[in-house]
Amino acid sequence: MTRIHKVMQELKNNNGKAFVPYIMAGDGGLQTLPERITFLEKAGATAIEIGIPFSDPVADGPVIQQAGLRALENDTTLKAVIQTIGEIRPIVHIPLIIMTYMNPILAYGIPKFIEDSFRAGVDGLILPDLPVEEEDVIAGHADKAGIEIIRLVSLTSPLERIHKIANRGNGFLYAVTVNGITGVRQGFNDQLLQHLKKVKHISNLPVLAGFGISSSTHVQEIIQYCDGVIVGSKIIELFNQGDLEGIVELISAVKTV
Amino acid sequence: MTAITYTLPDERGHFGAYGGRYVPETLMQAVLELEMEYKKAMADPSFQRSLQGLLKDYVGRETPLYFAKNLTEHLKGAKIYLKREDLNHTGAHKINNSLGQALLAERMGKRKVVAETGAGQHGVATATACALLGLECMIYMGAEDIRRQQLNVFRMELLGAKVISVNSGSATLKDAVNEALRYWVTNVEDTHYILGSVMGPHPFPMIVRDFQSVIGYETRKQFIEKEGKLPEAVVACIGGGSNAMGMFYPFIKDETVRLFGVEAAGLGIDTYKHAASMTKGKPGILHGALMYLLQDGNGQIQEAHSISAGLDYPGVGPEHSHLKDIGRVQYESIKDEEALEALKLLCQLEGIIPALESSHAIAYALKLAPTMNRDDGVVICLSGRGDKDVETVRARLGGNK
Repeated sequence: MTRIHKVMQELKNNNGKAFVPYIMAGDGGLQTLPERITFLEKAGATAIEIGIPFSDPVADGPVIQQAGLRALENDTTLKAVIQTIGEIRPIVHIPLIIMTYMNPILAYGIPKFIEDSFRAGVDGLILPDLPVEEEDVIAGHADKAGIEIIRLVSLTSPLERIHKIANRGNGFLYAVTVNGITGVRQGFNDQLLQHLKKVKHISNLPVLAGFGISSSTHVQEIIQYCDGVIVGSKIIELFNQGDLEGIVELISAVKTV
Repeated sequence: MTAITYTLPDERGHFGAYGGRYVPETLMQAVLELEMEYKKAMADPSFQRSLQGLLKDYVGRETPLYFAKNLTEHLKGAKIYLKREDLNHTGAHKINNSLGQALLAERMGKRKVVAETGAGQHGVATATACALLGLECMIYMGAEDIRRQQLNVFRMELLGAKVISVNSGSATLKDAVNEALRYWVTNVEDTHYILGSVMGPHPFPMIVRDFQSVIGYETRKQFIEKEGKLPEAVVACIGGGSNAMGMFYPFIKDETVRLFGVEAAGLGIDTYKHAASMTKGKPGILHGALMYLLQDGNGQIQEAHSISAGLDYPGVGPEHSHLKDIGRVQYESIKDEEALEALKLLCQLEGIIPALESSHAIAYALKLAPTMNRDDGVVICLSGRGDKDVETVRARLGGNK
């Protein structure tokens, strides 16, 4: 059983909900990555999504764009991030998932990237510019190494397509909660909650909602319709402000429903 | 050499290894729908009639294929013909695509249009098409380009478009594409994205090529009428590659016609200030497609540089990338100063001020024509007029030239 599958199963057994924070590797210097990972694990994160900076992140809003730029100014590379994950892996028990655009992987070389990620103990991949139509380039390699590709479904994905994507299996389904890019937002409309219900109904996999979730209120509102949440921009903001308590509070929102 | 049966892209939008649809899931439905609607439109005689009618009466097609007698005599080589895309309404080839896609948007019931622009030519063409069809128009443009192309910004605004300044990244064309894509992801349900070059996710490279291929089809017919044969060589400049792809496509199967794509070498390909993605780049994924890209060893996209804002893009469309690999098109590069010299020469010999983009194609033809026979023919795609560049040229050459 994979690490992702295991934590999801445990949550299910205990009627718990998942909280997956996103952090940008190298924002604040790569040396902060291990301490942030261990902090988030201690704060109750179910898994951690580790973002790789890219010069042209079209799926991301201003907060993650800026974090990426800061990371690139610190010369953060995919290679160094994988190495850092490998170093911290022995003392971290929760799943670690890399989120990256495809080009840094292509430049690294797909087979080598998968091999090095496997060695470092990476559990999953989220690839925002890789729809299922194109995933043959990497899916075979990842499957063989037991690294799970986490697939996204969106508000614009027709039900048939959601079905097709969910049927490909793996750790969980990432339900994008807005038409748009990542970032802090005011609230969610009824259409979204209906959509989440449908996704949940179609999918045999746990459904985690992400994009635009930025407060405890959001978390509590949305968590009734899915198995967990992914929070990125807000976590980055809180780290930047040094508001570690704010992070603990946000994560605990899934536990107080 | 290419097989006679060139049918790319395949059904997944791939040109060999290149192309594809590397976009966020939120856009997948839109690009799939666009492909379907596009195929229906192309098979619909009434859509074709509207498009052909506008190309003729509004754009002013067909454009002349002009024998540049003075330039030919000056070079003492092959006969040089200019395909006069500069005589189109709005002054460049861009309108061929903007108009086609605006009609497509209208047909899909999308009343809002978003587009990116570098120098402003595609933005002006798109704002024009939107004004004509009564569509709402938003143009993303890098803050740096807005500064360089004030007049085109005002033109777009005069035509009713909203121009939005992009400050992220290098604040030039590639960042404008990023922002336009982000806007499209957010407003996909009522907005069509009119991409301006043969790039982006499938079906854009195919759609833009098809709408621009009117250039090549006309040229082929006109050249045969004038010379009773096909030209020996065809030369076009390449940024993203739309005028070149439109010019080359109808000639791909004609194995005797040598095709030359000319990219911008900026200050030189051994400096960091160029836009020579084919010569110096590597295959990678940007803006939804796999293509040749200027990038560092870690896959971060590098900034392009050229005196001509329209060539200032760090990638070259996927079909060009494929045509390079199979050897059907030869890709060359021309420096800023060579393009400026070519611009001056065309002004003096033919009384035509070419765009700086097109001047790259002319500069390469200046090298090529003298190596060919006197009865050979070479066609240069004069993709746009140089009015927009006069200020840049004056700054470089000084007012007394």
